[in-house]
Amino acid sequence: VVEGLALLDLGVSPYSGAVFHETPLIIYLFHFLTEYAELVFMITDVLTAVALYLAIQDFNKVVFKKQKLLIELDKYAPDVAELIQTPMEMHYIPLKVALFYLLNPYTVLSCVAKSTCAINNTVIAFFILATIKGSAFLSAVFLALATYQSLYPLTLFAPALLYLLQRQFIPIKPKSKSFWLYTMQYAALYLCSLLVIICLSFFLLNSWDFIPSVYGFILSVPDLTPNIGLFWYFFAEMFEHFSLFFVCVFQINVFFYTVPLAIKLKEHPVFFMFIQIAIISIFKSYPTVGDVALYMAFLPVWSHLYRFLRNIFILSCVLIVCSLLFPVLWHLWIYAGSANSNFYYAITLTFNVGQILLVSDYFYAFLRREYYLTHGLHLTRPDGTEAMLVLK
Amino acid sequence: SNLWCLFSHSVDKAWKELSNILSGIFCASLNFIDSTNTVTPTASFKPLGLANGTDHRLLRYAVLPREVVCTENLTPWKKLLPCGSKAGLAVLLKAERLFHSSYHSQAVHIRPICRDASCLAVSWELRQTLTVVFDTFSSGQGKKDWSLFKMFSRTLTDACPLALQSKVYVDISPKNKEKELLEVTPAPTSVHEAIVQGDKRTYAVYDLLSPSLFNTSRSLNVQLKWKRPQDSSELPTPVLHAQRYVSGYGLQAGEISTLIYNTHPYRAFPVLLLETVPWYLRLYVHTLTIITKGKENKPSYIHYQPAQDRRRPHLLEMLIQLPASSVTKITIQFERALLKWTEYTPDPNHGFYVSSSVLSALVPSVIAMKDVDMEQSPLFTSLFPSSDGSSYFVRLYTEPLLVNLPTPDFSMPYNVICLTCTVVAVCYGSFYNLLTRTFHVEEPNRGGLAKRLANVIRRFRGVPPL
Repeated sequence: VVEGLALLDLGVSPYSGAVFHETPLIIYLFHFLTEYAELVFMITDVLTAVALYLAIQDFNKVVFKKQKLLIELDKYAPDVAELIQTPMEMHYIPLKVALFYLLNPYTVLSCVAKSTCAINNTVIAFFILATIKGSAFLSAVFLALATYQSLYPLTLFAPALLYLLQRQFIPIKPKSKSFWLYTMQYAALYLCSLLVIICLSFFLLNSWDFIPSVYGFILSVPDLTPNIGLFWYFFAEMFEHFSLFFVCVFQINVFFYTVPLAIKLKEHPVFFMFIQIAIISIFKSYPTVGDVALYMAFLPVWSHLYRFLRNIFILSCVLIVCSLLFPVLWHLWIYAGSANSNFYYAITLTFNVGQILLVSDYFYAFLRREYYLTHGLHLTRPDGTEAMLVLK
Repeated sequence: SNLWCLFSHSVDKAWKELSNILSGIFCASLNFIDSTNTVTPTASFKPLGLANGTDHRLLRYAVLPREVVCTENLTPWKKLLPCGSKAGLAVLLKAERLFHSSYHSQAVHIRPICRDASCLAVSWELRQTLTVVFDTFSSGQGKKDWSLFKMFSRTLTDACPLALQSKVYVDISPKNKEKELLEVTPAPTSVHEAIVQGDKRTYAVYDLLSPSLFNTSRSLNVQLKWKRPQDSSELPTPVLHAQRYVSGYGLQAGEISTLIYNTHPYRAFPVLLLETVPWYLRLYVHTLTIITKGKENKPSYIHYQPAQDRRRPHLLEMLIQLPASSVTKITIQFERALLKWTEYTPDPNHGFYVSSSVLSALVPSVIAMKDVDMEQSPLFTSLFPSSDGSSYFVRLYTEPLLVNLPTPDFSMPYNVICLTCTVVAVCYGSFYNLLTRTFHVEEPNRGGLAKRLANVIRRFRGVPPL
């Protein structure tokens, strides 16, 4: 960002080079705030934590209400008393979420490095708060801001829509007219705010240069600086002939889990949002640890799934060890010269496998708990012996 | 090797054609000139000779830092001379002696000039220069004596019949006003005095066209002998000189520093610095600092064009004022990029070259120079040009730099593709399972060959069956 500001001072468009890839609004924001940069990033982190706290508080109320409704409607099996969430255990969850975010070493690292990822996280946190509070307008505005900054939050449109429909008690049926009406309204709000923000950026710098530099950059991955993701080494070693094909495959990979997840998780949009944020932060083209910090902040919300998680010990060990090895192997490769790029790449692979398995473990646990809630905790086979549960 | 040219129209196509044609003529790898090493400088290069209107957008400049001069380049260069290497001064230019030297440089300059004094017609002037530095001190048993035969293993026999002038100039300037320190044999045809780069110098001139030169012997072997062994006299430092180096450690970031020295005792003058840095060293212009005598020095003109990945290099042009007797340090930090594996040269750990930066300046001379007519001494007006008597034009090239870039492992493209796709497939597989399958109570299956076999073995061991 400082480089972009320096280029602007020299009279050259900041996007004429290949170094600056942030949006014009960020340039203008930092034009006034460069001296107080540390304070700005600390404030954004605090804002994110506060937004998450308020969002989860509201969410708990919603969950509790829904639970009560389902119990009264007798949808649950009789012996699942221990699986029901009580207000007692849910009382401290918002605080835990805020603390998880603030005290996460990844968040601290992002703040110290003054990475603009913190601003992305703040916008997404405000979007989640606005969605859970039920305000469609604010939710669309914040989603537009988040999409404007990095393209991928576009996929969060689906969970937000599902949540708002649920809140308005509109059934999700393709034949229902009110469903389409509401969807159109929300989509229109979102697209209009996006358009307004893009046009504002155009008028700030008087050129459309920022579109290829920001979005073209995210989509075509030209810069191969090593990061914690999977893309950089893949494209460094890719045969030239196939590079366009694999760029497309990788980008589609981020977007295409949305629709199946929407179909499966239409009753649980907030969990859907969590999974979607996790997928974005694993598969986006330039991931940073700040993105990882954001979805890890949600883990206390699903702490009641703990008993169904299968590999949590191994996965947490993998994630901790990989985070510790990242800087070591980076130093060995770049500074000491005694290791190869393969060492760092291997840790990248392991870290991402750990993240993927963590997310899918939580998904498995969630689905399993839902099954138990509706079918009873102690399952018996027709002949009375204890039954096992498998996915088929 | 570097190439610059001012075009009149359709620049990019003409530039590509020109570099390819010159590459063919001179057997030099100039065909590697493309948009990644071509820049459009705005102020550093002005056209020589006649030119009407200079639009700097029609000028192109390219440098190939990795190309070295070799005998293949000398041969076509010699072919451009009217007599080739058969007569005249060019008989001395034999490849095995010329390349056995400390420094070798060839250049070809073409510019339009007036055909005569009334300037009604324009002709093209072709000027070829060859600069060689022989180190006879280290190869000549510690004596600084030299002769044409020792340097070129040949002597001059006659002048080229097509030449209007054919002269040999030997610098016999006395140091510290002492005469008779050195002796030149045979006796020169005449002695010429000139002021070259602010220094008064005396030249012994051998005119190959004068009939008296070849009277005594058929060949001319100019020899220079020092009368007394002189104390180690230092060469005078030039008024403007520069150095450039890379600092920093590790393969992530670094800093390019340029030191410019102005040794003139009392005159300050501006210098125009042109730096071309390849795109894979990402310069951060907000880290550019110029420090002279401990204080910050702001350039009066700065033009910066950042690089675009794989398309064009960085261009930085600055006009810096150098105070008298000072050292100016210009530093800029950069980050190294990771390139795709096909973009590395076959020896990637050798490093990548950063081409020299160009410093152009009108250096004020300590001694006033008188205006010399171009007809009388074409050598001095073209080699040491000065438009007025008080300053002369100098273009300096700094050293090229060698930087290492981080390399991926070149032996692993297939492995990397497989492993990364495996990780993506792990995600896809787990999500596919969870999304398309539902939980069921497991049906007991009594069958299964493996289970029955295991039960048989267990019965033998006396262990309860599965």
